[in-house]
Amino acid sequence: MDLVCPAGNYQSLVKAVDNGADAVYIGLRNETNARHFGGLNFTEQQISKAIDYAHQHNCKVYCAINTYARESGWSRWTDSVDQAMALGIDTLIVADIGVMDYIRSQSDSFPIHLSVQASATNLQSLNFYHQNFAIKRAVLPRVLSLAQVSRLAQTAPVEIEVFGFGSLCIMSEGRCFLSSYITGESPNTRGVCSPAAFVQWEDEGPILQSRLNGLLIDRFGENENAGYPTLCKGRFEVEGQIEHALEEATSLNTLGILPQLKAAGISAIKIEGRQRSPAYVAQVTRIWREALDRNDSSSALPQQSIDQLTDLSEGKQTTLGAYERSWQ
Amino acid sequence: MNMKISVASVPYFWSQQGYQDFYRQLADSPVDIVYLGETICSKRRSMKLQDWLAIAELLTQAGKQVVLSTLTLLEAESELSYLTGIASQKDYLIEANDMAALQVAHDHSNHFVAGNAINIYNNSSLARLHRIGMTRWCVPVELGKTDLAPMIESAKALGVEIEYQVFGRLPLAFSARCFTARHLQLAKDDCQFKCLDYEQGILVNTQEGDGFVQINGIQTQSSKVNNLLDRLPELEQSGIDILRVVPVSARDTLRVIQHLHALLKNSQELADSSFDVDMDYEYCNGYWLQQEGMKYIA
Repeated sequence: MDLVCPAGNYQSLVKAVDNGADAVYIGLRNETNARHFGGLNFTEQQISKAIDYAHQHNCKVYCAINTYARESGWSRWTDSVDQAMALGIDTLIVADIGVMDYIRSQSDSFPIHLSVQASATNLQSLNFYHQNFAIKRAVLPRVLSLAQVSRLAQTAPVEIEVFGFGSLCIMSEGRCFLSSYITGESPNTRGVCSPAAFVQWEDEGPILQSRLNGLLIDRFGENENAGYPTLCKGRFEVEGQIEHALEEATSLNTLGILPQLKAAGISAIKIEGRQRSPAYVAQVTRIWREALDRNDSSSALPQQSIDQLTDLSEGKQTTLGAYERSWQ
Repeated sequence: MNMKISVASVPYFWSQQGYQDFYRQLADSPVDIVYLGETICSKRRSMKLQDWLAIAELLTQAGKQVVLSTLTLLEAESELSYLTGIASQKDYLIEANDMAALQVAHDHSNHFVAGNAINIYNNSSLARLHRIGMTRWCVPVELGKTDLAPMIESAKALGVEIEYQVFGRLPLAFSARCFTARHLQLAKDDCQFKCLDYEQGILVNTQEGDGFVQINGIQTQSSKVNNLLDRLPELEQSGIDILRVVPVSARDTLRVIQHLHALLKNSQELADSSFDVDMDYEYCNGYWLQQEGMKYIA
């Protein structure tokens, strides 16, 4: 099983490579990728340098061009594809069928991984992308149970990559418009969710309030850990009760089911977090490298490493998410 | 105005009687196209496929074009086989809400409508899907009139009809998690079909009482009702062929159709004068106007 790690900048890429990533995924500095955040991502020069470094250490570099191109900005996506291919990227991670069509007009065989943003959750959907665009691998959305993932991996015409650790998106990715409903900017069009430019914090004495484009997302008491106002993770009123109507602040962690994922024939584990610091990338990559290596010899990871991962998690709590039926 | 009116599949879970009453009345209403079937949750089985086909027959006889809709989030193999039954038949056009549906339709040389959960954001995607059988395009909810402008000509040249939602809550997200069961502290596998108790889903407000979303099983909708009824000339000018109404309550949906028909015919006589007065919804129209979807611009 390959370990695929995030890098929002060159320093993170170096950390991921040094700590044992088999592949690192990056993005260009524009809205063609799903982490289009200020100060993040790579210029052309940085990509060349990154590829050199990674390849010297036998690590691949994937480039995510995985948002949806609106017609008025179409050339930005094709230019980005041209640029990434010319620079020597190993694989493109893509969601938009128009962009895949463009890549295939340039090359019959350039490796395409189907992005999680394409929402492929079943065999016929994978058949569609395989037959039409000869995709090599698909990244599954975080909506399937372990049994469903295992079954799909056994029948799929392509390699399967799943998320192993990081922020938990609970919606079928690529089909969530909550962010543009509230702010006008979405993962699909702008590569952002609940963008920071729309966040406001209000200090109301003992209460700290978070807002997104004016809408109240959560209220925190003095002893509560105030999380970023990702709109699906706030507390709302439902039939007179205040509750986390959609999800709490929590991270995905599949360390506990690694043997099952391996047995199912999963090709790669993806670590979420291009927006995280180089130190975070280093630590998470190291622990997962160790877990994968130990998994080969079937010995358990020390409790200390597991605790470290939990400490690195959003809200300091983790879940198996949809892998576990009871979460659903 | 020559635009047609369509009614999307009921996104909520109603009883068999509820669906049958609604569609019998719809058969007598001035709607042109009716989408039928369950698009949200495969556990909702008040209607078997035969029941839907009986309604399809009734509507066809009443002169409506019937389109069979399909599930949006397909996870289990049982869901795929149900889908295959619909997408491989030859009597009715199908609405694909996942790539699986258009793959099966294409395998059986069937045409299809691309539902708004199929992400077509540019001409290249449009042409590609047209090549494998798409005849109608329901525009993704977050695209507005400026996004559409450079795509209209391509769609027309390909003979692909353009359908845009003009009324109803916006389908915003789908999850593995059932939010209705979660709210009621039930396991998804033991949901007791509680969606039946909520004709239009469950409203979720902010702690200040502002509308946020509407939870409907595994679907999250906008709490506000998208309403472009006062912008019909603009929609026609933009090149929209079909005006899509997403059902709210059965009663209000039928009234909206009457009202929309009157507006299209420019008939004061047909218009329901009490229409605006007792419709108790908060409206939005931001997406069409290239703003945040929740916004309402007068």
